[in-house]
Amino acid sequence: MATMLKKRLIAVLILANNYVVQSIKFKHTNVIHYDPVHAIDCFNKWAVDEIIILNVSRTQDTRESFLNTVSRISQQCFVPLSVGGWVTDIDYAQALLKNGADKIVVNTIIHSQPSLVIRLSEKFGKQCIVASIDVKKNESGLKEVIVDRGRHSTGADVVSWAQRAETLGVGEILLNSVDHDGARKGYDLETLDKVCCTVSLPVIAFGGVFTWEHLAEGLVTGADAVAAANIFHYTEFSTKRAKKFLFDANFPVRGGF
Amino acid sequence: MTISVGILDYGMGNLKSVANAIKYVGGSPHIVSDPSHLCQYDKIIVPGVGAHPQAIRNLRVSNSDTYLKEAYLHGIPILGICLGMQLFCLSSEEGGFHEGLGWINARVVPFPSSSGLKVPHIGWDNVIIDFHHPLVQGIRNNTDFYFVHSFYVDCFNQENVLLSAEYGVTYCAMFVHDNIAGVQFHPEKSQESGLLLLENFLKWQPC
Repeated sequence: MATMLKKRLIAVLILANNYVVQSIKFKHTNVIHYDPVHAIDCFNKWAVDEIIILNVSRTQDTRESFLNTVSRISQQCFVPLSVGGWVTDIDYAQALLKNGADKIVVNTIIHSQPSLVIRLSEKFGKQCIVASIDVKKNESGLKEVIVDRGRHSTGADVVSWAQRAETLGVGEILLNSVDHDGARKGYDLETLDKVCCTVSLPVIAFGGVFTWEHLAEGLVTGADAVAAANIFHYTEFSTKRAKKFLFDANFPVRGGF
Repeated sequence: MTISVGILDYGMGNLKSVANAIKYVGGSPHIVSDPSHLCQYDKIIVPGVGAHPQAIRNLRVSNSDTYLKEAYLHGIPILGICLGMQLFCLSSEEGGFHEGLGWINARVVPFPSSSGLKVPHIGWDNVIIDFHHPLVQGIRNNTDFYFVHSFYVDCFNQENVLLSAEYGVTYCAMFVHDNIAGVQFHPEKSQESGLLLLENFLKWQPC
């Protein structure tokens, strides 16, 4: 039997002030877990392939406490761990890696400090850098890339932004949509399709999953990995069930569910 | 008695994940920055993330190559992970041609661009078990492990290949020779299967 690279199922933890929160259109009200390590315990046992932790706190004074959370989580996490939020210098990226992260997620600096993205890629390797790209519909109905936790419109279209990220040396793209986040209607498949056709990098679909079919839609559209946040916290054995669903639908996924 | 594991720190990252996993499977991990202490541990792990030229330079500058050789000759089991595995080979073509430690009759070469597959090879991929060995005890054929690499190990002696994988080419995912073993994937990031392999390494007593 030939070997085959698997499609990945990724659990995302959205952390605001170090609590795991529910995210709806980038607004965070409900706290799901006061201690993120509890959430990791479950995912470890539930056949998840990768974990992403994002510090979406509105202010950067949370950087140090987030570092501490990453350290605690990494002691329990035996799958790849990607972390991001307020990565604005090399030293902080290095500190995140030292505390157990495997990959660094960057978003706003693609806009504000593109040369830093290049330096991060050169220093740690492109496999270590994930570009998080958030898309939002503007008043005229056009989708544009938005940065700074959904607060700052760039006016750029997602295709040119993804190309830009690839040129800067990132190794992967995490694609999210403010309009789909927490909206329970599945991924923004139109944007996902555009990005998958544009870059030669693995693309992670994120934002909007409410049923396991939504995960399948992401994979069919071309994503190499499918991610979700809220849904995994509210269903027991959630990631196992999701895996089983994808396996039964003949997607190449890792076993252990 | 707890098995002590020296994890060599030669400036090429990813030590904490390996230490966390060793601790989880019951070993006692020690990050070793002074390579002259290597011989005092029951087992040694050479991790590594980054580029081969820099890694081999760091090993030589810190004299780690000499002390690792000494540990090897003393019969201490040594496990190379990812880049660590590649360092044990004769040579690597990453960033030009570089000599390795030369412990395994193998070379490190890039994936062929003709295959059209994405490089680096990142993600969960299954491996084929080539023969029975205590290091892969309890691991089933076609088990998935987590890989991140752009170069692969091409073994000249097929009898060293314990696990093989395929990505455009068939290559060596794990080799074993004397008291030396190397894995291309990251057992510390491969959940139960990876932890089991590390547990096997703790128990491994090469003859």
